[in-house]
Amino acid sequence: MTTVSNIPKVQRISGTNMAIRLARFREIGIILLLILIVLGASVVEPSFLKPFNIRTIFLWLPLLTVIAMGEVMVIITKGIDVSVGSTMALAGISVGMIWRQNPSFNIYASTGIAILIGLAAGALNGALIAWAKLPPIIATLGTLNAYRGLTFIVSGGRQIDPNYVPRKIIFWSIKGPFGNEMVPWVVVIAFFITVVTWAFLHYTVTGRNIYAIGGNLNASRLRGVPVEWTIFLVYTITGALAGFSGILYASRFGFVNPGETGVGFELTVIAAVVIGGTSMFGGSGSAFGVFIGCLLLAVINVALAVLGVAATWQLAVYGAVILLAAIADALIQLKLRRAITGE
Amino acid sequence: MSIKKPSTTVIRKTNTTSTGLSVLNILTRSEILTLFLLILAFVVGTILSPYFLDIPFLLNNTSTYIEIGIMGLGLVAVIINGEIDLSVESTLALVACVAGVLFFDLHFPMPIVLVISLALGAALGWLNGFLVTRTSLPSLLVTLATLALYRGAANILVGDDSRPKLAWSREIVFPSWFLGVEKVHILGTPIPLPLVILIVLAVIIGIILAKTTFGRWVYAIGTNEQAARYSGIPTARVKRILFTLSGFLAGLAGLIMVSRLGVARYDHARGWALDAITAVVLGGVSIEGGKGGVLGPVLAFLLIVILRTGMGVANIKAESQLAVIGALLIGAVLTSNFIERFHK
Amino acid sequence: MVIMHMNANQPPLMATKGICMDFGGVNVLKNIDFEIRSGTIHGLIGENGAGKSTLLKILAGVYQPKSGTILLNGEPIVIHNPHAAGMMGIALIHQEPLTFPDLDVAENIFVGRQPVTNGIPVIDWSNIYRRADNLLKQLGVDLNPHAKVRGMSIADQQMIEIAGALSQNAKILLMDEPTAALTSNEVNKLFNIMRKLRDEGTAIVFISHRLEEMIEISDEITVLRDGEKVGECRPKDISMDDIIQLMVGRKISTLFEKVKGYNIGKPVLEVSGLSRAMKFEDISFDVREGEIVGMAGLIGSGQRDVARALFGTLGIDRGTVKIAGEFVKIRHPRDAVSKGLIYLPEDRQAIGLLMPMSVMHNVTLAALEKFSPGGWLREKEEKAATQEYIDKLRIVLRSMTQPVRELSGGNQQKVALSKWLLTKPKIMILDEPTHGIDVGAKAEVHRLMGELASQGIAILMISSELPEILAMSDRIIVMHEGRITSILEKNEATAEKIMAAATGLINERA
Repeated sequence: MTTVSNIPKVQRISGTNMAIRLARFREIGIILLLILIVLGASVVEPSFLKPFNIRTIFLWLPLLTVIAMGEVMVIITKGIDVSVGSTMALAGISVGMIWRQNPSFNIYASTGIAILIGLAAGALNGALIAWAKLPPIIATLGTLNAYRGLTFIVSGGRQIDPNYVPRKIIFWSIKGPFGNEMVPWVVVIAFFITVVTWAFLHYTVTGRNIYAIGGNLNASRLRGVPVEWTIFLVYTITGALAGFSGILYASRFGFVNPGETGVGFELTVIAAVVIGGTSMFGGSGSAFGVFIGCLLLAVINVALAVLGVAATWQLAVYGAVILLAAIADALIQLKLRRAITGE
Repeated sequence: MSIKKPSTTVIRKTNTTSTGLSVLNILTRSEILTLFLLILAFVVGTILSPYFLDIPFLLNNTSTYIEIGIMGLGLVAVIINGEIDLSVESTLALVACVAGVLFFDLHFPMPIVLVISLALGAALGWLNGFLVTRTSLPSLLVTLATLALYRGAANILVGDDSRPKLAWSREIVFPSWFLGVEKVHILGTPIPLPLVILIVLAVIIGIILAKTTFGRWVYAIGTNEQAARYSGIPTARVKRILFTLSGFLAGLAGLIMVSRLGVARYDHARGWALDAITAVVLGGVSIEGGKGGVLGPVLAFLLIVILRTGMGVANIKAESQLAVIGALLIGAVLTSNFIERFHK
Repeated sequence: MVIMHMNANQPPLMATKGICMDFGGVNVLKNIDFEIRSGTIHGLIGENGAGKSTLLKILAGVYQPKSGTILLNGEPIVIHNPHAAGMMGIALIHQEPLTFPDLDVAENIFVGRQPVTNGIPVIDWSNIYRRADNLLKQLGVDLNPHAKVRGMSIADQQMIEIAGALSQNAKILLMDEPTAALTSNEVNKLFNIMRKLRDEGTAIVFISHRLEEMIEISDEITVLRDGEKVGECRPKDISMDDIIQLMVGRKISTLFEKVKGYNIGKPVLEVSGLSRAMKFEDISFDVREGEIVGMAGLIGSGQRDVARALFGTLGIDRGTVKIAGEFVKIRHPRDAVSKGLIYLPEDRQAIGLLMPMSVMHNVTLAALEKFSPGGWLREKEEKAATQEYIDKLRIVLRSMTQPVRELSGGNQQKVALSKWLLTKPKIMILDEPTHGIDVGAKAEVHRLMGELASQGIAILMISSELPEILAMSDRIIVMHEGRITSILEKNEATAEKIMAAATGLINERA
């Protein structure tokens, strides 16, 4: 039987290569956008590239990046976690109250406690989602409220004033390695966590399983991937990171307030994750992409301030950026599909 | 042809789309749970405090949270359709602020302001629908973006100020016929007007969902969107209409809020979108779509009001009450899942 | 029971004794003794519901049998889950390949068993890519291990699954209807690979609905009927009719009947120059009142895409469509239905029916406006109309409010047909109307089609089963790689001509 040349098939193979190229283009795209904004801002306002502003951009990162590293893993598994802001507040307030009682309490132990509180909070989310099979939006919606309420109950509504936050903690946001002031410790830590997340996602079996679960839950189960434990782990880690960022919040702002800390923060985190190229449908995403997303949001924030744009514009700009990033992504996906499969 | 052996599953009332107004059909299992919780909360409230059983007091309290109920109504249809709308609270705020600016800054007559405001709400909702249907982006993502965008627009419009502006110290206000909607009571009963509006809207939406072609389409699309499309149902059009409705109701809620509070601010109803979703899910509407009705969410709304009132009377601060609401949501869904699994 | 000359010398690699299985009280397998020998391809055949897929899933560890034993190398074993089966060298290749679209080919092969560097729990990527490359070369498959799986054809994804099986040194390959979605070329490639593996000593169990395929590839065939083993033989020792008789339990001389003697009227669907990049090119044909036009060709030649384009779920680049003489632009199924053109999809589960919804709601779904003057639904009329079709089509069910997913395949198809008949269509496009339905129900569907044609409805039937095409069609359109290669009248059509046009050997339109 004659083998007929299969024209659609040939196009399909090159289509796959185009897919690889376009996917990389996506990450280059955000970086280009980033450079564009930096250039644009410094053209309009040359003081944009002053060390002070760059430092502000850097300081913006840790809070967002640390939680975003957890959130990206959650979203890769096709889940979502909107309780991170409340967890951050809960951990921050609880540790803050310890500081109030005992000002000389060891700061490393405090950090450990904050992480543990976050871990427990995340573990509850994980258990509800992995084993009780609650939809992630519902479970984390419930805990968002529950943990925020708990924060209030535990703190009696009182904030942790600046004079109670240990100086060493605040110090972490002022000085960095080798005494330099440009890249404070918190930024180094955030970057370190990014690298660890990337390595985890790329080089460990559990990390790859996270992608597998998001890509095809059923197939993962049949391949013997420990689906429930992995999902549980992902939410637990996110909780721990949110707990840790409670300390970062105290370090950066010098206070913790039950009604303010972390309120609405989940929106910013998810924005960073989405801008970083993570698909809401699960199965794909990268730690470095998300880091660039955080950087982009930080740059936008500082650029707006430097350009004299009132803080009132911030929210609208966020919304617009998420929307544009998502639409651009969607259009690229549609074009890709048409090119590869003709659909 | 061989007769297929009849399936041996237990014959039970499933939660699949119900039509008909027989009692059993109305109260599907999850709504019975909500009703049970409502009665329970009522009883507990009464036990905890003698002041609780003041019916006019309770009824008046529904006005404090009525916007959650109204936004929730819009969300019921959207969620049954298989989508979600996080931006309702922002639509509320933006419509409120626009109303304030139209009246105070541009001196439009109030009736015209109302009409434009409602139209704006619908338009904002329509925009959500347009984006969701044209870009095939998940509605979670689109409405997350518009949640920020719409409230951001309100922030740009009025800044951190309000309408009427703080500086005017109560001299320049909205028309007196517009203000104080919660003080209006129906026909001498202690039922406040906002609650009546909620119930009337709930009945209308409930009838549309249960008894019309459009309603059937909403359920079908929520069950399986592609199959619905392949059955000739105009899925994109239905979605746009539902998002428009959601926006419209959010705008209405915005006007009611301004009437109640007397001011329009950009940060109105912050965080209330999640409360509205809580009410809807608590009311037995499945977040996956294809199941549920309006009765449950209305009961859930009353439940939340009773809980909040009860806790308020017991001197639990508003923010602390969140803990109970959150735990309630999780508990209710867990219980409902458990009951379903138990019946299989 | 028919057993012919089995090779009793070679002990089976894997065997079952007395396997029984039931689902919710319904017996699906009764006392199955089944043997799998190394270096053989063992075909499993039977009607829908005969139990073939269930048996395979038991062997793969997906289900636990109610009773009976499974033996591996003569030792009784328990297979707890598919993962455990994999460890024992048993691999299941699914009909719908289970792949991870956003991961690359190499990782797809190794999910769940990624190799780690010595000692530390770090994935050894170079190992993965090297071994993936080797496995793919071994299979003779031209796939880039770094390519993402998203967008790959079903055939390629199957290769990835097979590569995965090989990576586990699978000695037993269980294949559940792997050819259902493949083009003829791809089937040949698959068969070559299967023969290669068999010659290397792998045991393969293979399920297919296509008898010719089974006879072509199998070394041994086992026939199941209603959960029991009714025959075991070698393909060369038995005829197709005998196999069918075993499957069905009665002699069926003519599987298909067509009501004769009705008039074919004027063209009611006229398609001209229909084209869409990468899908189909220059499609022109017509269908007349009362006519059944068969669309033949290998799966994936474009028939389904043409149907989708006519129905409005796929856009076209150019071309015109006329219904009842007037030009129409169909951009959405709603447009099509309003003009009297309907489409019955092949995939009932995903797009043909709404599985969790009740039978009644499914039946009335496409014609709701008939029951709702002014938008208000009349439930009594809905019930009456549904009952009318339940009676007319003899649909077997418990109650019209039961979810349609509880019905058998044949009855589900009748529900789907009822849905469309309620819209009083002029043109019905039926996509593989008897796919996944047992022989008895098949005949009923065919009878129905004949009746509908005799009422003046124009029918366009897409089918990959030649006997069905030959028996039912007044005219046959053959497509190959997106183009029409031949249009044949009933009296000049033969299987050979159709196959020739379907494989591109003949192209009368070129």
